[in-house]
Amino acid sequence: MNAANIPLDHLMLLACLIFVIGLVGIMTRRNVLYILMSLEIVLNAVCLAFVAAGAHWGEADGQIMFLLILTLAASEVSVGLGLILQIHRKHDTLDMDRLKELKG
Amino acid sequence: MLHAIGWVPLFPLLGFLVLVFVRMPARLAAWVGCGSVGISALVVFASALMYLQAPPEDGYQAITYGIWMSIGNFQPAFSVYVDTLTLIMLSIITGVGFLIHVYSAGYMVDDDGYARYFAYLNLFIAAMSVLVLADNLLLLFLGWEGVGLCSYLLIGFWYRDPENGAAARKAFVVTRIGDTAMTIGFLLLFAHFSTVNIPAILAAVVNADTTDTDVYVLIGLLLLGGAVGKSAQLPLQTWLPDAMAGPTPVSALIHAATMVTAGVYLIARLHPIFVQAPLAMHAVAWVGLLTLLLAGCSALVQVDIKRILAYSTISQIGYMFLGLGVGAWSASIFHLMTHAFFKALLFLSAGTVIFCLHHKQNIFDMGGLRTRMPLTFISFVIGCGSLASLPYITSGFYSKDEILLGAYNSGEALVFWGGVAGALITAVYSFRLLFIVFFGDPHTTPDKSPSLNMQVPLVLLGILSVLGGAIHLPLQNVLPLGTHEDSAHDHTPISVLLAVIPLLGVALAWFLFKRGRLGSAAWGQAQGAPSLVSFWRKGWAFDQLYDGLLVRPFVALANFNKKDVVDALYHGITQLAQWLHFQVSHTQTGNVRWYAGAMVFGVTLLTSAVVFL
Repeated sequence: MNAANIPLDHLMLLACLIFVIGLVGIMTRRNVLYILMSLEIVLNAVCLAFVAAGAHWGEADGQIMFLLILTLAASEVSVGLGLILQIHRKHDTLDMDRLKELKG
Repeated sequence: MLHAIGWVPLFPLLGFLVLVFVRMPARLAAWVGCGSVGISALVVFASALMYLQAPPEDGYQAITYGIWMSIGNFQPAFSVYVDTLTLIMLSIITGVGFLIHVYSAGYMVDDDGYARYFAYLNLFIAAMSVLVLADNLLLLFLGWEGVGLCSYLLIGFWYRDPENGAAARKAFVVTRIGDTAMTIGFLLLFAHFSTVNIPAILAAVVNADTTDTDVYVLIGLLLLGGAVGKSAQLPLQTWLPDAMAGPTPVSALIHAATMVTAGVYLIARLHPIFVQAPLAMHAVAWVGLLTLLLAGCSALVQVDIKRILAYSTISQIGYMFLGLGVGAWSASIFHLMTHAFFKALLFLSAGTVIFCLHHKQNIFDMGGLRTRMPLTFISFVIGCGSLASLPYITSGFYSKDEILLGAYNSGEALVFWGGVAGALITAVYSFRLLFIVFFGDPHTTPDKSPSLNMQVPLVLLGILSVLGGAIHLPLQNVLPLGTHEDSAHDHTPISVLLAVIPLLGVALAWFLFKRGRLGSAAWGQAQGAPSLVSFWRKGWAFDQLYDGLLVRPFVALANFNKKDVVDALYHGITQLAQWLHFQVSHTQTGNVRWYAGAMVFGVTLLTSAVVFL
């Protein structure tokens, strides 16, 4: 099956769907680890949109953007995991609703 | 060489700066304070001699030292205006001022604020010299406000007593009322003539169309407002008796000899305006007449030695205003000069009495000081004689004589006879003071004797008070020929009358206060005195009147509007902002999921706005 045959609208709808799934995950999950994973889903949805658009227009820009986001996501995950490790050590919990010390 | 006159205000100003910024022992402070004024006095006398030897052809000399500020065509300068009037005023200010400085060095010897005292006094001399030297209204105003400031500072010199502070504030605020009127007058002059230069204004006034005098009347009355404020005339006279809270030499210098005569100087300097406005002239004469009678009656019944002298000062300045009002210009300036001599003498003598009787001021606590303080007694006799204008032997006689002759020749019978009655009252109250303080039974023994630098000024001022009447002031080029110099009439009966009146007053004082029982201490008590006496003692209850009419309603209004209606709007804006802030700060929960939700909501909102709008 040729990827070029899939209409752009479908790909975009898929990307939106994945994006919303990730977003809902961020907003509903209480465990910070799952929030980080939902964030990855959101990023991947964006990547999909970029790649699909690049393929549609026959440009390489979408794939370059995907590579950039991939790098960003990798570094973000490494920093995020480090922070989560520290939070766990300090507070002995990963429940976001209990970590409210920055309340104004 | 007349250029040197510009240094006259600078020496005292320099003295002021040195005294303020350099800490020094009291002896040195006295040297700096007296020395700077002494140098100025020498400069003035040298300039006066030079001026009289070679008088400039047009009757005055203007010297410009520099531009003060430059706003388009409006360029008031640091420039002085030298004529004989200026020189006479400067001689009084620096000459009498120097003597009073020397006296102060002895009088204030035990005071903590010695250097501060001389600093203020020097600043006063500087400001007063600027006032009389100024050749434009702006510079004159600078000096005018400067002397007001110094007056305020020196009345409240002993600031630890709240009463002195209140007296100082009162003096400042009451004169401010007059100053406001004067400022409006100055602005009108500027609006009318487009210049603040005094010679230019006066020349324009002299050459102006005489049919339209309304504006001159208005300006004249406004300037009179400033003059009555500074010179403590009706209706703004209430501050001067309270101003006696300051040290006695200050009362002598500022509140008797120099500053309070600034109003007289102002009117004399701007006399062409008043010549063009007969109504304003009448107002000046009547203000003077009423003031001299009212203040004379109040002086009759006072028990505080300084308050007697304060009321007599108000009364004598009333004579000067009367003289100005009837057109006896040079007679008024003559009286200004002799008054400066004998009133400074009286105040310094009173100061000596107060100094030696450990600061007692009630005249009924004194008595019998004639033999104990002979020098003070002699100066007091000379001063009181001059004040009462005893004929032929005192300077006060000659000057007051000229003013009353001027009033007689002007044809204003009421003003003349009022002035004569005032002369009688003057003689009675001045000799009442003399009899009660220096005759009779002693009540307090002096425990100190005045030092040499207190005695020398007394002697010199005493000599001036006797011989001052012989000075002929060369004012004929500056002020118009006065009504008193009109020799067409035969004045012999009037002259005899004016010579007899003071003697009558002295005799009356003798019978009432020396032989009679009115000189006894019982009359000094505030209670039990007849109501007229206590009414006069309170200065015709003007203080109570103003208190009820102006002060209380104002304070009540201020209390009522404590929160300030105008501020409410701005206060409301801050309150609203604060309230909104607290509302929004509730959203800051610290809950990350809530933040994420808010972000999503916001982005959705913005995106839909972009897409759909």
